[in-house]
Amino acid sequence: MSTDAATTGSRTTRLLGLVVLVGVLALILLGFFGAPEDDEQRDAVRMIFVHVPSAFLTYTAFLTTAVGSVMWLWKRSRWWDIVAHSAAEMGVIFCGLTLFTGSVWGRPTWNTYWDWGDVRIVTNLILFLMMVGYLALRAAGGDENAVATRAAVVGLLAAVNLPIINRSVEWWANRTLHQKSSLTDGNLEDLTLFTLFVGVVVWALFFVWAMIHRFRIGWLEHQLSSIDLEAALVQRRAEATGESAEEANL
Amino acid sequence: MSIVALRDAVVLLGRFPALSGVDLEVGASEVVLLQGPNGAGKSTLLRLCAGLLRPHSGRSVVLGHDLSKSRAAVRRSVGLLGHDTALYDDLTVTENLQFLARASRIELTAVGSALERLGVSARLHDVVVGRLSAGQRRRVALAGVALRRPELWLLDEPHAGLDQGGRDLVDGLVSEAAADGATVLVASHELDRTLELKTRRVTIAGGTIIADVADSDAADTDAADSDVADSDAADSDVADSDAADSDAADSDAVDTDVAGVAGGRGS
Amino acid sequence: MLADVWLVTHKDLRIEWRSRVTLSQVVPFALTVLVLFGFALDANRGVLNAATSGLFWLTVLFVTVVAVTRSTAIETSDGACRALLLAGIEPSAVFFGKTLAVAVQILGVEILMVGGVLVFYGATVESLPLLLATCAVATVGIAASGTLLGALVAGVRARETVLPVLLLPVLAPVLIAASRAFDDALGVLAVDGWSWLGLLAGFGVVNAALGTLAYGQLLEEA
Repeated sequence: MSTDAATTGSRTTRLLGLVVLVGVLALILLGFFGAPEDDEQRDAVRMIFVHVPSAFLTYTAFLTTAVGSVMWLWKRSRWWDIVAHSAAEMGVIFCGLTLFTGSVWGRPTWNTYWDWGDVRIVTNLILFLMMVGYLALRAAGGDENAVATRAAVVGLLAAVNLPIINRSVEWWANRTLHQKSSLTDGNLEDLTLFTLFVGVVVWALFFVWAMIHRFRIGWLEHQLSSIDLEAALVQRRAEATGESAEEANL
Repeated sequence: MSIVALRDAVVLLGRFPALSGVDLEVGASEVVLLQGPNGAGKSTLLRLCAGLLRPHSGRSVVLGHDLSKSRAAVRRSVGLLGHDTALYDDLTVTENLQFLARASRIELTAVGSALERLGVSARLHDVVVGRLSAGQRRRVALAGVALRRPELWLLDEPHAGLDQGGRDLVDGLVSEAAADGATVLVASHELDRTLELKTRRVTIAGGTIIADVADSDAADTDAADSDVADSDAADSDVADSDAADSDAADSDAVDTDVAGVAGGRGS
Repeated sequence: MLADVWLVTHKDLRIEWRSRVTLSQVVPFALTVLVLFGFALDANRGVLNAATSGLFWLTVLFVTVVAVTRSTAIETSDGACRALLLAGIEPSAVFFGKTLAVAVQILGVEILMVGGVLVFYGATVESLPLLLATCAVATVGIAASGTLLGALVAGVRARETVLPVLLLPVLAPVLIAASRAFDDALGVLAVDGWSWLGLLAGFGVVNAALGTLAYGQLLEEA
């Protein structure tokens, strides 16, 4: 493979990237200038254009990691392993974004950065910590297959425990401050709702775009290790004859 | 039926090809001596045959089981003595072997006889393994292998750290196992000793087999000498051939040798 | 299967009996943590009393990390886990066996810790059955997820540091549920402690099931 062929871009991703760029611009315009101030939350309401989509994408990424983990353990599919890893990285970013925007929004609205009584945000934090652990395990390195298997089990462990964590936090908090009703009880202006919809679509497209690139990086790394393997095999066999690898290659 | 049948077997440790394409056929009740420099891949080959490693590519069949599919079945029927002794420091000699026996569904009475066979004196039976000397510990580990009466013995430097008596015991154990119809693969630097056994000598280097010769008769030193010459010839064969083609050249050489061994045994 | 589970449990407990690592190291560690919490909270009886349940179970989580590290080390030192593989014991039997052994040891530490909080924090037991049931159910779940993750990190280079990063977030629901159940058992809060036991049991079942499925693959990669 020549070096200039090793790119994560393609016509599709470039087009998609362009759409995302336009979408983000539109979202900024709509979010800051189009959507009106909320009666109670004032300008802070604009935070939901990031907060809600990233919360949604956190769970999408998380679910993707869980599916990828199952597929690795079941079929030992490298493709799914890389998907699981890519999604986990995306998940940590979006989960972090969810927590950050949630805290910033919480300050003016609930008068606190952090509220232990909020089930979703507390669950999200534990999820965040688990996924950070997942990435730490990946980063610890080792045999490619072993790393994939270990990471897959952690991915599944997080997935099966998430409902339990959510339930425990819910019972514990006993009450929730979260805006359960914001989207459904008609509190939000039509334009705000529309902007939120645009936000979800734009962020989802960004998610897909970034996932494709991240996946291709993983795939290229995997291919590179396969190329390395060929060279390593030649070099290893050359040890048998006492030649150095360079001589063997000639 | 071949006990071990490897064809272009590649094993990766991380990204390092510890085995870079091994072709090896070993029949029942053969004793194969694996030799080669440090880091040649001898231990990896033994661990592959034990069903502890997943082959990356090639075809690896041991005791009729494909190693890329069912390693658990292989593990149950082999005995492996590795560099580490796989014993629990805080259990006594007897407790360690009784645990192994129970786990492997073997009569507990076999423990006593296995220890006796390896010359582990009765006063050591109730000593925790952590307090044994390296040599005593190795004897206990060997007793653990003998206890299982495996179909395939995989011994990695079994003589290491043993006194003269211990070394003789190992040789006797290997001879007995082969006489019982078991197959033995021994990785060893102790060429002189193992020459006393009826063996086939496989030289491994760079994760691949570069020579495979039969000692037609253990007592016949002339034959042994000419075998060494043979192995040199095989060596230069590989050197001459292109590295990429060396696989094919190698496997041909091995095939001939295997046929030779089979013929020799038949006659 | 059951015989193999018992074989592994018996082996681990016998090793503990010989080496007394839990008794001579983990127990003093647990009591030290409890005492240090007392210093951290300025020996304020009121605060300590209110926080007893949480501090107790937080200490149990620390104990779990230490106990699981030890349980894993038994198998990784001198390649003993290879012997388990070669012996042909079902990996799920090894998982349950080691889980049970870890659970027994943690339970032992917990019982001594209950004595600790009675003395140092001035706690009083209002419902002994609830207290014991909470310890039993919570500990099985803790031991199951700990044993699974112990095998998981066995082959990792920085295993001592990776284990707590992975294990502690997973144990968060146990901390919540067991602490609330203890609040009731110790008469600190008027909550229905028994209702939390279902959650603890669910945690145990889910993690034991995953361990049964995944342990074999992890043992092979170690």
